[in-house]
Amino acid sequence: MIGIEHYVTVSSILFVLGVLGIFLNRKNVIVILMAIELILLAVNINLVAFSAFLHDLTGQIFAMFVLTVAAGEAAIGLAILVIYFRGRGTIAVDDVNRMKG
Amino acid sequence: MIQVLAFYLFAFLTILSGVWVILSRNPVHSVLWLILAFFNAAGLMVLVGAEFIAMLLVIVYVGAVAVLFLFVVMMLDIDFAELRAGFVKNFPLGIAVALVLVCELVLGMGAEKLGALHLGTPDGSAAPLVDKSNIQSIGALLYGKYLFLFESAGLILLVAMVGAIVLTHRERKDTRPQNISKQNQRRPDEATVNVKPEVGKGVRL
Repeated sequence: MIGIEHYVTVSSILFVLGVLGIFLNRKNVIVILMAIELILLAVNINLVAFSAFLHDLTGQIFAMFVLTVAAGEAAIGLAILVIYFRGRGTIAVDDVNRMKG
Repeated sequence: MIQVLAFYLFAFLTILSGVWVILSRNPVHSVLWLILAFFNAAGLMVLVGAEFIAMLLVIVYVGAVAVLFLFVVMMLDIDFAELRAGFVKNFPLGIAVALVLVCELVLGMGAEKLGALHLGTPDGSAAPLVDKSNIQSIGALLYGKYLFLFESAGLILLVAMVGAIVLTHRERKDTRPQNISKQNQRRPDEATVNVKPEVGKGVRL
């Protein structure tokens, strides 16, 4: 039978994949943002699994709030990316510290 | 039996698409794999009986976030091959960090299994309602105990929307927009003239 361990395993693998994605695609902000989405997805799977197996809905409510913050973060991150690209013509993050306002 | 099969199918596809999200050469493919990962994660959540969150995941992530990513990836004219330059160089460090993280998570799970960690038990104040569906129980909690948190989530979305618009909006100098107050101030007697042109002379405007 499928227990909580299975879900925790899947979500930890997904979490580690997200962290690995940030390390591998250091220059490409778009893929970094997608890796962050993967991490948040792993957290959501974890919260929902615990909530279901412990018969307590708080986890699912909290997963909803994580979803809200993830949506806001993606919107703001991509907006910053668009104005950064407008100004510089590239999205390489190595020299973001030269943005100067 | 069918539940076990479905779990392994969804779990395998989620992890596979997660791998391809971070390894694809083309970010458009990454976004598409991300969408597949979201769908399979929603399947995993349906399996444990959290239908509402699963559907919310599909609507919010696939319908909004992934499409947003797709728009940005397609709108910006970026040389993605150049951005992959450090990929091989970063590989050993990334794998090392990932392995350490996996070991920590496995140790945590092992400690819990051996009884060294006590996760605590729910107090029952947020237990699912009897004979009610998942969405009804969540609704009762969301509009009761967690009402103010729910409203602050709405506020966060509002702030994110205003922020995104303020960041990306730009005044353009070359457009000729409508000036409403100037239009409203126009009177008929200054807007039109009555002339009696002589035949063959034309009119000076």
